[in-house]
Formats: sequence, structure tokens, C-alpha cells
Amino acid sequence: VLNVDLQTDATLQVDISDALSERDKVKFTVHTKSTLPNFKQNEFSVVRQHEEFIWLHDSFVENEEYAGYIIPPAPPRPDFDASREKLQKLGEGEGSMTKEEFTKMKQELEAEYLAIFKKTVAMHEVFLCRVAAHPVLRKDLNFHVFLEYNQDLSVRGKNKREKMEDFFKNVVKSADGVLVAGVKDVDDFFEHEKTFLLEYHNRVKDASAKSDRMIRSHKSAADDINRIASTLYTLGTQDSTDVCKFFLKVSELFEKTRKIEARVAADEDLKLADLLKYYLRESQAAKDLLYRRGRALVDYENANKALDRARAKNKDVLQAETSQQVCCQKFEKISESAKQELIDFKTRRVAAFRKNLVELAELELKHAKGNLQLLQSCLGVLKGDT
Amino acid sequence: MALLYMATSSERSPPPFPEDLEPEPDEVGDQDSDDGEDIFLGADNPLEIKMDHSLPASDIASSTKPLSEASSAPVMDILSEPASEAFSAPMMNLLMEPASETSSAPMVDLLMEPASETSSAPMMNLFMEPASEASSGPMVDLLMDPASDDLKEPPKPDINPLADIINDAPLSEVKTPVAAMTQEPPSDLFDDEPSELFAEPRQSNTAKQQQTSIFDEPDEDLFSEPLGEALKKPQNDVFKEALAPVAKASNVCGPLSDNYNEDPTDIFTEEAITTLPSAVSTVSVNSKTNGVHSDEEEPDIFAEATVELSLDSPRNDRKKKEAAKPSASASAPSVSASASKPQPKTLEELDEEIEDKFELNISITNPEKVGDGMNAYMAYKVSTQTTLPMFRSKTFTVRRRFSDFLGLYEKLSDKHTLNGYIVPPPPEKSIMGMTKVKVGKEDNSSAEFVERRRAALERYLQRVVFHPSLLQDPDVREFLERDDMPRAHNTQALSGAGFLKMINRATDSLSKMTIKMNESDVWFEEKLQEVEAEDQQLRKLHIMVDSLVGHRKELSVNTGGFAKSVAMLGSSEDNTALSRALSQLAEVEDKMEQLHQEQAASDSFCFAELLADYIRLLGSVRASFDQRMKTWQRWQDAQNMLQKKRETEAKLLWANKPDKLQQAKDDITEWEAKVTQYERDFDRVSATVRKEVLRFEKEKARDFKKQIIKYLESLLQSQQQLIKYWEAFLPEAKAIA
Repeated sequence: VLNVDLQTDATLQVDISDALSERDKVKFTVHTKSTLPNFKQNEFSVVRQHEEFIWLHDSFVENEEYAGYIIPPAPPRPDFDASREKLQKLGEGEGSMTKEEFTKMKQELEAEYLAIFKKTVAMHEVFLCRVAAHPVLRKDLNFHVFLEYNQDLSVRGKNKREKMEDFFKNVVKSADGVLVAGVKDVDDFFEHEKTFLLEYHNRVKDASAKSDRMIRSHKSAADDINRIASTLYTLGTQDSTDVCKFFLKVSELFEKTRKIEARVAADEDLKLADLLKYYLRESQAAKDLLYRRGRALVDYENANKALDRARAKNKDVLQAETSQQVCCQKFEKISESAKQELIDFKTRRVAAFRKNLVELAELELKHAKGNLQLLQSCLGVLKGDT
Repeated sequence: MALLYMATSSERSPPPFPEDLEPEPDEVGDQDSDDGEDIFLGADNPLEIKMDHSLPASDIASSTKPLSEASSAPVMDILSEPASEAFSAPMMNLLMEPASETSSAPMVDLLMEPASETSSAPMMNLFMEPASEASSGPMVDLLMDPASDDLKEPPKPDINPLADIINDAPLSEVKTPVAAMTQEPPSDLFDDEPSELFAEPRQSNTAKQQQTSIFDEPDEDLFSEPLGEALKKPQNDVFKEALAPVAKASNVCGPLSDNYNEDPTDIFTEEAITTLPSAVSTVSVNSKTNGVHSDEEEPDIFAEATVELSLDSPRNDRKKKEAAKPSASASAPSVSASASKPQPKTLEELDEEIEDKFELNISITNPEKVGDGMNAYMAYKVSTQTTLPMFRSKTFTVRRRFSDFLGLYEKLSDKHTLNGYIVPPPPEKSIMGMTKVKVGKEDNSSAEFVERRRAALERYLQRVVFHPSLLQDPDVREFLERDDMPRAHNTQALSGAGFLKMINRATDSLSKMTIKMNESDVWFEEKLQEVEAEDQQLRKLHIMVDSLVGHRKELSVNTGGFAKSVAMLGSSEDNTALSRALSQLAEVEDKMEQLHQEQAASDSFCFAELLADYIRLLGSVRASFDQRMKTWQRWQDAQNMLQKKRETEAKLLWANKPDKLQQAKDDITEWEAKVTQYERDFDRVSATVRKEVLRFEKEKARDFKKQIIKYLESLLQSQQQLIKYWEAFLPEAKAIA
């Protein structure tokens, strides 16, 4: 869906060929085709779970070597809670429903579950594709292990203490981020990107939330139409008078239009909401890159100052020089790759938006035309009848 | 290194996935389809079965049981529903046929005899006879030899209706042993789509009626394939032509009941004749056409469809049709004179005629706030435009306030509910809505409230004047015409919740009485059940449509929010083409916001309001059933009293107390008179209720069709707009580079 212009080449292609939902986890079958000499075979598959994806992502983030790259955002955790909750509600409310209603609700929930499932799979796949297409990350050892090692990686979820640590790290990081962001960049390109990304991220966040709300109410409306259709059906089957036949016709129409409405909502979800959500995370990753660069810049400047002080005091000069050189190298290395990364980010973004918006418009048109045709033919029949 | 670390740690946090949910591997594997289509294709994959397990599966199964029972009930209703027409129709034929077939002597006798005797006798026989033995013979004949029957039919119209009834009786009885009650046999006759339920009987039916089958087809075709209309056109014309008068024939239940009431001086008769002497002349024409068409056996098969057609077709159409059948009407010029005796029976037609011939358009406009503060009220302009002579002028307007409408309802209800009429109820009082208006909040919801109420009042008033008997009420005329309406008092009692309470109370007492009442007429029992079931469904539907309105409004708001958000995103996007496309998208979403809002309004105005109206109207229908129960109760009480008085007389005789005997005798006479009177009342109210319910159903069908078509048209327009918007956007999206 989202991996638009990732320059995949034949040397390393990754996809998720299958996924199984088991009790409390999803098992993804990660399928690799590669001509790289690192791998024992040209084509192989392994089974991976969400936690292992997260581990891979975190290993990238923690790797200093990759500080100058936009780390592909980790796939979101599969969340079937809402779906499961609804299913439970359905079970509870079963007595108060007619058979048709129950069947319909069940079908709705199944469709919803399947949609979430497919989205989950797609998000995990996008992550792997992004890594596989990345000139540097694709060579990562952990990545290769992830792809090839045909047994459980035995990563574990983070425990409470680690989660707390992460939380504090994030607090420090965001506080530091504010500090770092406040420092005026010497490079105009990065200064511009910083301003842009800060704003862009906030706005894409807002748009993502708003699109979710919009789509949620669209789905609710489609559900209402569905229920209206089944009640009209009940009304229509009460006897065989003309008006009952009329109700049946209208029920049939609503049954069809609600499917289209649900599809409109689902497609908006896929083309719009998911796109925005992905760029919410991707822009966060880009922001993180800028943060790392900004941090390195601050470190570099501090090292310069420390070196000045050391020289003035003529104390620990060598140590300060080494430190200054390390900081300088780090900063320059990050800056070097970060520029290309940010340019690539923009190219990818524009291409992804183009693809998705064109598809969105085409699907909207397709559905609206389908709806129109249904309404026209139904009205033709109904008017002919009266 | 990492591997080592991983291998040592085996602790896991369980991710919260649903149990046993296992999608089909292939289904998930195919991910390149990115338009979401296939998401919905997998509805019945293993997933479904697994989900069942996670739920209490047995419950699912059990829940279906009551359901299937429920769904079998309507089948019964289907049978019983047209029964009313069945009742009236054969009698009609008996009475009318001689008109055209003057040659057959016994027929004339039939006609000349008191209607009640002749018509009820054969009917009774039909009902009483065990259907199987009485009719198996003729039926077999008919089935075996349809051709000869065709030949027989035209010259013997007198026999055919009866024969047909007999023939059909076994069919329905065989098919539905449960339904084999007195009323069932004819019901099958007039069921306009027997094929759906009883495919086989239908075949035999069509085999023997070559004339009616012509009409049968267009009826179905009209519904299922309008495109084929061109081909069917000649037939359609025949169909309609024949049906126009038939529609009138189907309305005979009122007069019919008059016959067995032995009470020809019907209340509507008087009203109609005195107030509309001019209309009486049209009656002869009608009866003429009835006479002509009555020699088609079983015209009432189409009674239902007919009703719709004749009502919806403009007057001009009918004139054309009448012109188009000169031979038919010419063949029976003398009939109207000879058929003048059953004239009262055409009063219903007269009503129909009034509806069709006069023009009476009522509109309510210009809602205006009068006064300030809590004493403020809304006044509406009630405009009438009419050709009815009973009004002083052709067009006039008055100003009325909401309580005046309630007052009108109260007056009408007081007078007419007693007689079993279905008095259309006004919209409920809304303290919330009105308070907002009073406070003078000029927001959307306030304007919407005023418009909603205006439209509801308009529909209410239109229903009142559309009712032939209520239109004759002086209070209605006064309401429409009189400039200085005296203020209605005590409408408070009827406001909002109070009104609903009243209806609920009525239905409560009704259900209590139903238990006591040993219903002699299955029609009422079944109709009431139907009404109750429908009420329940409509309430459910209303809740759902309301929810749709709510969600659509929410969608509108959220779309607006998204539009703004996307506009902001576009403004911060540094790729020019993408930025432009995003602001275009924002514009599209802006328009969508408007579209959703309009659609929500039409969900509400076209659909939800219609349902609210009919939920209220069904309350009135129940009230009229209730009224019938009450008159029955009164009759029963009187009978019990008479019984007591007779016992008293017997005791007195036995005790030999002649001094008190005269008093007892007087009492008996008095109560005998009362019993007779109350029984008559009950019969009269029953007849009215039956007539009213049929009328109500006709109007309901027409209203629903009209309103829902209007609603669908609004949906259609929405989609057209949508296409326009997205078509404009598509090139913008493609221009992103």
C-alpha cells in the first residue's frame, strides 16, 4: 500500500507470504528471495512475530552506525481488542436481535477483523520492504538473522522496569529535543527541514486523527443503513401487500448501498487514514534523525568549547581534542547521510501521496457511480410500480 | 551476539489476540490487492467458524428458533389480510352483476331482495361448509378442463364468483390447515400475489381465468421489469382501465356492513348527501362502470394494486380511460337505474370521487414568533386553495398557533374516535424545542425544529382534510376559514408525553380487553396483531433512522474537521504540486461536509419524520380498535344486565309478586332496547373501523412510496454531486509530481 518507490532490486526481496492469527499472537511468514552471498539459500521463509519486528527496529535505533539514517518506523502492534470487544458485545446482545441482524453483525465484525488483520500484515511488510530497500540497513546483520534464522529468535517483550526506563528515556529525549531544536542550525537545508518537519508532523498527526474520526462515523452510518435494511426486510415480509413488496425492494437496495458505503469507508481508511498514519510515523522517524543530528551538533559545539577551555587551561588538551574530533566526525557523518535521507523521504512522500490520492479518487468515483446506478435502477423499478 | 542474548531470555508478554482466529492463509497471502475489495470477500472463511466457537455457539442456534416462529406468523397474516376485500367483493359481484346481465332472471331476484339476506347467505354457506367435500368436485373439473370454463364464464357471471370461491376454498385449506377458518377461503382469492406463497394454487387459478391473467402479468411486470413496459403497454391500458372502477368496488366494506347492520341510514350517508348534493350525480356513473366491470370474475384480485393506481393516476388519466372504453359503458346504460337500489353502497365511491374531483391544497408557511419570553409562541400561516363549494372562497389564509392544531385534534378526536374513526394525531409538543425558540436562540437546531414542526403540522392537516369524513366536520372548516379562532384550552393535557401516555393507556386497556373479548371476527384480531407488529418494527426502524441521522451529522462535522486539517497539512507541505492537491482535497471534503449535512436533513425530513408520523398514526389506529372493544364491552354488559333483569322477572313470577312485575317487565323492555342499540353500535363501529383501517393502509402505502422515493431521489442527488466533486479532484491528484 505504502511502499511506493522503494527501489527494490532483485538482490534482496522480502515479503510476508502468509500470516496466521493464533490465540494471542500473529505469526507472519517472512519470505526472502536474494542473490546476496550472505545467505545460504536463494529463497527461504521464516516465521516471525510482532515482537521480533520490534526487536529488529530497536536494534537499528540503538545502533550508532545508523544515527544518520531515517530508521523505518516500526509496525504498530496488532490490535484486535476493539474487534474482540465488539464480538463479545455481539454475544451479549444476541438475545435482543433477530437472526438476520445477528448474522449481519457477525459478518460485519468478521469483515472488520479481517481488515485489521490485513492492515497489520501490510504494516509489517512495509517495514521489512523499507529495510530491504535501504542501501545500508539491508546489509545489517540482525536483519539477515531476522530473515534467515529458521528458529524462534526468542526476543521477549520488554518488562516493566525496561518499559519505565524507556519512558524516562523518552521524557529526557523530548526535553532534550526541545533544547536541541531551539539551537539555530548552521546549515540552511537542515534549518528548513527542521521547521518543516516540526510543523508537518503535528499537522499530519491532526489529519490522521481527524480522518480516523471521519471514517469511523462513515462506518457507523453504513452500519445504520445495514440495520435499516434488515428492519425494512422484516417489515416487508410481514405480508405480501404492495407496500411490503416495496419495502423489500428498498431493503434490497439499502443492503447493496450499505455495502458500498462500507467499502467507501474501508477504502478511505486504506488510502487516506493509513497513508497519514504511516507518514505520521515516518515523519517522526525523520524528526528523530534531525534530533540525532542536532544532538551531535550540540555535542560538537560543546566539544569545541571544552577544547577551547582545555587549551586555555592547558589541561587535558589531547583528551579534549580526541573528543572534539569524535564529535566532529559523528556530526559530519550524520549530516552527510541525513541530507540524502531527507531528500529521499520527500520523494517517497510525494510519490506515496500521489499514488494513494489518485487511487482514493478513483475508488470514490467507482463507488459513487455504483451507488448512483443502484439508486437509478431501483427508482426506475419503484416508480414504474407506482 | 544478539542471538545469544535472545536465546537466553524466554520471558514473553502475551499479545492480546482474539482466540482461535485463524484467517485462511491464501486470503491473507494475497496482499497486493490494495483497494480493500478482498477484505470483504473473505466473510465466510474459516474465521467464521472459529468465531462461533469463541461465542456461546448453542445460544446462537437457540436464538434462531423464536425467530423462525415469528417469521412464520406473517404468512398467516398474508392470508387474512385481504380477507376484508374478499368479504365485500363477492357481494359486490352479486349485486352488480345483474346490472350488466339483465338477461338472467334469477339474478334480478337476487338484486331485488334485501341485500343483507342474499349476500350473506351464500357467504355463510361457503364458510360453514367443510371445504374439502363441498368443493373438491368443481375444483377438479376446473383444473381438468380449463378451456370449457373459459367458455362458460362470460355468460354466467352469477355463478362464477361463487364457484371460484368454492374452488379456491379447498386450495387454501389444503395448503394451510391452520388457516382453515371461516374467513380464509376467499382470502386466497384476493391475494394479489398468491404465486409467491402457493405456487400451485396459483397455477390452477390462472388456468381457469383467462381474463384476469392478463391483468396479472402487468401487475408483476410493473414491479419487476419496468423496461418491458413498452411491450406490455396495450395490456397495461386494459389493466388500468378495468382497475379504475374496480378500485371503487373494493371499497365496499362500509356499505357492506350497512347491509348486515340493517341500518341503511348510515351516518356518512347523511353527511355526504347533505353536504355534497352535486356529487351524487356522479354516483350513477360510477355504479354504471361498476356494473360493466363486475362481470369480470374476481376483479378484486387486483384490488390492492388497483387502489394505488387509481389514487395516483391524475384525473385526466381516468377521463381518458373512460373515453377509451365506449363500448363497455354503452352496453349498460339502463343499469344505473336498476342498480339504484344498492346505491348506498356506492357512498364510499362517492368519497373516493370527492377526493379525486375536488381540489384542496393546504399548505403551512411562514412560521413566525409572536411575543417575547416564555409567553412567545409560533404562529403559522395556513393557506387553503380549493374548489370545494363548502368553503366561502377559493383561496384563503388564516394564522394558527400550535395549540390551535392540538385543539383541532381534540375536537375531532372527541367526536370521531367514539365512532371508530382513525383521527390523525398532531405532532407532539416539544418543550425542549419550543424553549429554544422562545429563548430566541437563532442557531441551526432551532431553525430545524421550527421547520420540522411546520412540515409535521402541514402533513397533519393534510391528513385531516384528506379524510373524507373529517373534512365534513365543521370544526375543520372553522379551523381553515375562521379568522378569529377562539383560543384552544386544555391542550396542555395533550402535550408531548401526555399524548403518548394517552395512547399507551389506550393500548394497555386494549390488550387487557382483548383477553376478555371472545373475538367473533378474526379479521380484527389479526389486523390488530398486524398493527402491533408493524408498530414495533416502525419504532425500531425509527430508532435506526434517527441513529443514521446522528451519525450522518457526526460524519458531516468530522468531514469538516478533516477538511480543515488537510488544508493545514497542504499549507505546510513543501512540494508545490502535493500542497496544491491537498488543498484541493480539503475543498472536496468541505463540499462533502455540506453534502452529508444535507443528506442528514433528508434522512430526517423524508424518512425519520415519516416513521414518526406513522408511529403516531398507528397509535390512533389502535385507539380505534380500542373503541370497538369498548362498544363491544358495553353491549356485553347490557346483555348481562338484560339477563339479570330476566332472572329478576322469573324470580318475581315464581315468588308471585305481581306488584313489582310490571317494573321488571319495563326494565326488560328497556334493556332489550339497549342491547339492540348497543349491538347496532358495535356493528356500526366495527364497520367503521374496518373501513378506516383499509383506508389507512391505502394511505400508508401511498405515503411510504411517495416519501421513500423522494428520499431515494435525495440520495441519488448526493451521489451525483459526489461524482462531480471527485471527478474534479482526480486530475489534481494525478498532477502531483
